[in-house]
Parts: sequence; structure tokens; C-alpha cells
Amino acid sequence: METMDYSLIDWSRAQFALTAIYHWLFVPLTLGLSVIMSIMESIYYKTGDPEWKRITKFWMTLFGVNFAIGVATGIILEFEFGTNWSNYSWFVGDIFGAPLAIEGVMAFFMESTFIAVMFFGWNKVSKGFHLASTWLTTLGATLSALWILVANAWMQFPDGMKFNPDTVRNEMADFWAVALSPVAVSKFIHTVTSSWMVGAAFVIGVSAWYLLKKREQQLAYKSIRIAAVFGLVATIIVSVTGDSSAYEVAQKQPMKLAAMEGLYNGSTGAGLVGIGILNPAKESYADKEETFLAKFEIPKMLSMLAYRDPIAFVPGINDIMKGGYDAKDAWGKPVRVLSADERIMSGKIAIQALASYKTAKAAGQDSFALKSKEVLEAHYSNFGYGFIQDKNDLVPNVPLVFYSFRIMVVFGLFFLAFFIYILVAGKRGWLEQKWLLKLSIATIPIAYITSQCGWIVAEVGRQPWVIQDIMPTFAAVSHIDTSSVQITFFLFAILFTILLIAEIGIMMKQIKKGPGH
Amino acid sequence: MSLLGALLVFLLFVQGGQTLLYSVGKTDMEQTMIINALGRKWEFTFTTLVTFGGAFFASFPLFYSTSFGGAYWVWMIILLCFVLQAVAYEFRMKKGNLLGKKVYEIFLLVNGFGGLILLGTAVATFFTGSEFVVSKLNLTNLMEPTISKWANPLHGLEAAFSVTNLLLGLAVFFLARVLGALYFINSIDDVNIFARSKTQVLYNTVPFLATFLSFLGIILFGEGFAVNPDTQEVFMQSGKYFSNLIEMPAVLVVFLLGVVLLLFGVLKTIFSKNFRRGIWFAGVGTVAAVLALFLIAGWNNTAYYPSTTDLQSSLTITNSSSSPFTLEVMSMVSLLIPFVLIYIIYAWRAINKSDINSEEMMQGEHQY
Repeated sequence: METMDYSLIDWSRAQFALTAIYHWLFVPLTLGLSVIMSIMESIYYKTGDPEWKRITKFWMTLFGVNFAIGVATGIILEFEFGTNWSNYSWFVGDIFGAPLAIEGVMAFFMESTFIAVMFFGWNKVSKGFHLASTWLTTLGATLSALWILVANAWMQFPDGMKFNPDTVRNEMADFWAVALSPVAVSKFIHTVTSSWMVGAAFVIGVSAWYLLKKREQQLAYKSIRIAAVFGLVATIIVSVTGDSSAYEVAQKQPMKLAAMEGLYNGSTGAGLVGIGILNPAKESYADKEETFLAKFEIPKMLSMLAYRDPIAFVPGINDIMKGGYDAKDAWGKPVRVLSADERIMSGKIAIQALASYKTAKAAGQDSFALKSKEVLEAHYSNFGYGFIQDKNDLVPNVPLVFYSFRIMVVFGLFFLAFFIYILVAGKRGWLEQKWLLKLSIATIPIAYITSQCGWIVAEVGRQPWVIQDIMPTFAAVSHIDTSSVQITFFLFAILFTILLIAEIGIMMKQIKKGPGH
Repeated sequence: MSLLGALLVFLLFVQGGQTLLYSVGKTDMEQTMIINALGRKWEFTFTTLVTFGGAFFASFPLFYSTSFGGAYWVWMIILLCFVLQAVAYEFRMKKGNLLGKKVYEIFLLVNGFGGLILLGTAVATFFTGSEFVVSKLNLTNLMEPTISKWANPLHGLEAAFSVTNLLLGLAVFFLARVLGALYFINSIDDVNIFARSKTQVLYNTVPFLATFLSFLGIILFGEGFAVNPDTQEVFMQSGKYFSNLIEMPAVLVVFLLGVVLLLFGVLKTIFSKNFRRGIWFAGVGTVAAVLALFLIAGWNNTAYYPSTTDLQSSLTITNSSSSPFTLEVMSMVSLLIPFVLIYIIYAWRAINKSDINSEEMMQGEHQY
């Protein structure tokens, strides 16, 4: 019997991660900077002050350089769903494809039409039309984020669909359940506003460099004022939606929450690990090693955040693997949680029932087909578990998720303090302090690290699933040679690295050159 | 999908124009004007390609999984060609761009030559078939659950070794160059570019007609992939695509109208001294003719993505499309398309009030 080459899955995941990480180096700045330059142009429109036009055009130049490479890396991602995850494409294409198509029609055309007016229309269209074009470019970029995040959220919480055994795929049953799921709403707002933080940090950092060099001080002060307010508003929204995102994770992906907290043994009134050092000797959930070498815990906070109840039971990895406790499923229905072994068995029954259904249908045995269909429906919520060969695979990489989560939160809090301090410093005339200017420059890479860590938590934390509980990576991957994926992985790695260096080089030159007069 | 595909083929004039960079532009200024004329349109081609991919995913997920997952190499190379294009315009003239201006121009040539020929070759497989097997029941195989499997180790590159496929690849290449030259004539106010573009229209129309008519002859009068509407069985039928044209007179009219408009745009440009609007006629003609070709590939009980390895694995509209609910959602979304077209036309007119000329290039505004 033909079997899957397991390294193919790892390389396919690595390739997707590589393209996603590179893509996400450029998208947050596009989303954040577009709003900032739209605000700046609005001020120009209102005041008629040519200095604001000059400032807007300067940030627009940097936006253009960043935008191009974001587009370049984005196209690969879209097609990789087909090239590297072909089974996935059929199994959920009926649901997942729609947001991608809507993204194209609704967002990309808006973006690509008005970006041309934005860049080339200064002397060709009215001030009002130009301003509208800049805002529409921003709206297009944001709508594009909306639809791809709806698609991603659906993979984390597959709702609004029904499995059709005749076509052997999931089919959309409720568009609004897909588009407006609580996971999608939290994810969209959290991701977009966190990108605004990146944009704000970038503008403040570049402006701080000008202040350090005692150049373009008007531009720097004005830009910092806009970016600091914008960044602070964004950070507050990010904090609120971060909480709601974690709440959704607790309800829909308890294993991810357990990995985020390094929680192996659950408890009632569980504490939140503020800072902790994981024990590197702990390699599996099943071993007896201690989880932490050291930790600082806030009592009952995890129960409070996860279930809005300070004494609620939060399951750990061991609890989820062993099952047998009472909880609510992703839709809030009370259930007794099955163990990993039971879910694997249930998944195998579902898959076998699908095979029986198809065979019975082909043979015209309708009553047997109906029975098989009933069995399939009863076990479908565990369908993906049937493909799990080793139950250890059900536990994501705990250290990576745990530390990424903490880096994201700690830096998020840093940004809250940073934007407040920058605002205060601006008001009191402290912006010239060298340490503050140097720190502001350093916040640019910190913002990117924070943003990437968020995605690591979201994506590594849900492994091994491409669609939560329904399809693992093993069953989603395309049937191609591992060597082909290895070659394209290195091709992309080399190409994207060269383009990234080129982009940074151009950005640096443009910043050094300044806006001109 | 057919309309999107037809629009994409028309918008490939950007790629065609890129391949003419050095033959139409002889000085730095001429090349700058050419790149800026194309640079204001490249995103539409790119966006249409991305939307084409998304819409295929939403409408025909089995095609998405079978073709992209199987013909891995041909699609990956096409994508790489487009990645190079996306950065080339913005990075080419910028200081600190690491690779230098020439390399980014080479990126544009790679995108032009490679992208066009490979896309054309890939589209030809809609008529000539590919080597794959589809078995949805494979999902119940716990060790190897892949539904679609490619049966040729070259994973799509084999399509480029078929003469028939290559004929369409070359036809798309020459057509895009004709359209690119017509676009320069329409959009750039420069005597030399006008004259050289006119020559290129003539030079590329001849091989375009030769390759396209050869391909058309082979597919119209050769065997096609027919579907029995009652049993959904796929079988080979002689002259299938010709029959489709005859049995769908509206499609035949659209096709002939497209050919006439395309030839009118081209011939009037060649023979009339000052005619500059050929791109509009040739563009509409291209959309109409390609639309008709896509329709005869899938309508009238035809397998639009045939398998030569296992005829019954061939993809038809019936066995590979999305559920009625999703298609309904997509239809609702399609209602946005007229608004999209209106704002595209409005914005284009606003920034294209005057042709690109050397004065504008020296003004120091945003430039490629």
C-alpha cells in the first residue's frame, strides 16, 4: 500500500510558514501606514498647508516600496493552498474559496485602481478625488485583510458548513456564520489594529532618526504627533480584542490555550503565568518532568480570562488527552470530553462510514448507505482524528507557543507605555531626549517581532490541524515529491531574502534622502 | 470564470509590452516612458490573475486542487515570474535597490517571456488534456488520502513539450506583444515609439495568426473530450470543439465578432497613418474571442479539464464545481462587478487624460 512521505508534510508546512512570515513582514506596514498617510492627507485637504502634502508624499513613497513586495509575496500564498495543500482545497474549497474570491473582487481591484490615482494623480485629479483615492486604497487593503482573516478564522473554528458525503467535501450552509463568526470578528480587529501599531512604531522610529540627525524636524514632530495618538488608540483596541481572542481560543481550541500557558494539569481557579521559564527536560506531556524551572503566576486569572469565572476549570494538556471531564463544546453545548484515544477511534469510524456509504451508494444499497451516513454524521466532529497516527502529534510545540505568546503580550504592554510616554513627551517638549529617540528607532524591529509572534501563537498553537478537528496537515497535503517542495522552499527563501534586503536598502536610501522640497 | 480568463488574456498586454522594452525603446527616456505606461497598468493584470485564482478556488475547487497541486512546477514557475514583476516596477529606479536597474528590467523580460508562454501552454491543456487521476474515495485511505494525483513526474512541465500546447503558448505570446504595441501607440506621445510600435504590430501579428490558426485547426477538427449528459461518462469525440461552436450559435457569433474586431484594430493601425485607438478594438476582440474559446472548452457537455490518463477523472462543470449555495453567494458578489468596472473606468480616465510624454517623466513626480 502506498504511504505518505512524512517529510513532505514538514517541508510543505515550512514552505507555507516561510511565505506567510515573509508576507507578514510587509502587510502590517501597508495596513498601518496607509491609515496614517490618509489621516495626514486629510489634514492637508482641510488646512491646505503644503507642508502636510510634503509629509504625506514622503510616507507614501515608503508605502509604495513596501506595498510592491507585499503584493509579490501574497500571490504565492494564495496559490500555495492549491499547489501544496490540494486535498485541503477540495475538502473545504466550497467554503474557503469564497472569501478569497470576494477578496479579489471587493478589495484588490479597489486597491490597485486607487493606488494608481494616489501615486500619479496629484496633478491630474482634484484634491478631493485624490484624498478619496488614498482612503479607498486604505479601505481596499483593510478589506483584503478582512476576507483572508475570515478564511483563516474559519480554519480555527469551522462553522456554517455541512459535510456532503456524495461530493466528499464540506459545503457552505450559512455564509454569515462564516463571515461573522466571533473568531473572525476578534481576529480581524486584533490583527488590523496590531498592524496599525506597527505602522505607528515605524513612523515614530523614522521620525526619531530625523530628530537625532537634526533634520526634517517639522516633518518629524508632526508625524510623531499623529502616529503616537494613532498607535495608542490601536494598542487599546488590540488589548481589548486580545482578551476576546484568547477567550475564543479557550472555548474553541482548548489545546492551543493549554500550550499558550504551558498548562499540563488543569485546575479550577487556574492562575495565569505572567513570566515563566519552561523546563527543557520536559519533552512530552506524558513524562513526569516538572513543567517550569521558575514562574510567576497571577492566581485565578487564567480561569477568569478564559471563562469569565475565577473558579472555572481550565483543562491542561493531560486533561485534554485523557478526557473524561465536563465542558462545553465550541458552540456552547455541554459535553463530556472524549479522550484522545476515543476521538481517534471515533474519527476512524467516521472515515470508515464514509467509505461504506460510498460503496453502498455505488452498489445501489440505499438503506445501508443511509445507516452509514448516520454513523458518519454522529462521528463527523472527530473526522480529522481518524488520520492521526501518533496521539503525541495532537500536542503543539509548547515552548514555541508559550514563549511567543509571552513576547507578544510583554511587548504589547511595552507599546502601551511607549505610545503614552511619546504623547506626554511631545506635549512637554521631551522628545529631544537621545535615549528616547534611540528607543523609538529600536521599537521598529520590536513591533515586527511582536506581530510575528502573534501569528506563531495562532498557527503553531493549532497544530496539527489545518481545519480544527476536521483535517490534519497529513490529510491536506498535495501528492508531490518532497524534493520538489524542497527546491521551491529554497528558491523562495533565497528570492524573498534578496528582495527583503533590496527593500530595506531602498527604504534606508529614501529615508536618508528625505522628502525633498 | 471564462470572462475573467478572457479579461486576463487581454490584460497580458502588460507582459507583451514588457517583452518589447528594448525593441521599441532605444533610449533611456523611451524605456522610461514605456515602463511608466505599463507600470500604471501592471497591477490590473496582477489583480486579475489573483482574482482568477480566487474565483477558480471558489467556483471549481476540484480544478484548484487537481491542477495546482498536480501541475506543480508549471504553476510555480508562472508564479515566480509574477513575483519578479511585482517588485520590478517599484524597485527599478530606486537607489539602494541592491540588484541595479538592469536586473529589474530582466525581471520584466522574464515575466513577459516566461509568464506568457507558460500561461498559454497551461491554458492549452483545457483542450489537449493533462495526466492526472482523481478519486474522491481516496480520502478514506488512512495511509495516503490524496484525492488528486498527477501521473507525470514532470508535474506540469510536460505540457510545454507538446507542440499543440506550445502553439497556443506562442500565440498568446505574440498576441500579447501585438496588444502591448497597440497600447504604446495609444498611451505614449512619442514619434519614435509610435513608429517602432507600429512595426511591432505587423511583425507580431503574422506569427500570431500562424500559431493561433494552427492551434485552432488542430483543436476544432481533432478529437475533443465529450461528456454523456445522462451518464456523465467522458468519451473522445471527433470535431467536438467545432461541433460546440456550431451547436452554440451565440458563442460562434461572439467568437467571429472577436476575431473581426481584433483584426480591425490591428489592420487599421498598420494601414492608417495616424490611427491610435487600435487597442480598444483589438482588446474587446481579444476578450470576445477568448471568452468564446473558454466556453467551447466547458459548455455543451464537454470536459473542461480533461485527463488523458483516465478519461473518467476528467473535470466537468458538474463534477468539479462548488455547491449551489456557494455559487449563489458568488453570484451575489458578482453584482459588485459593474460597480468595480465603473470606478476602474472613472479612475483610468481621470489619470489618463493626457498621454505619457517625456515632459511628464522629467517632472519628478512618482515614477517607475
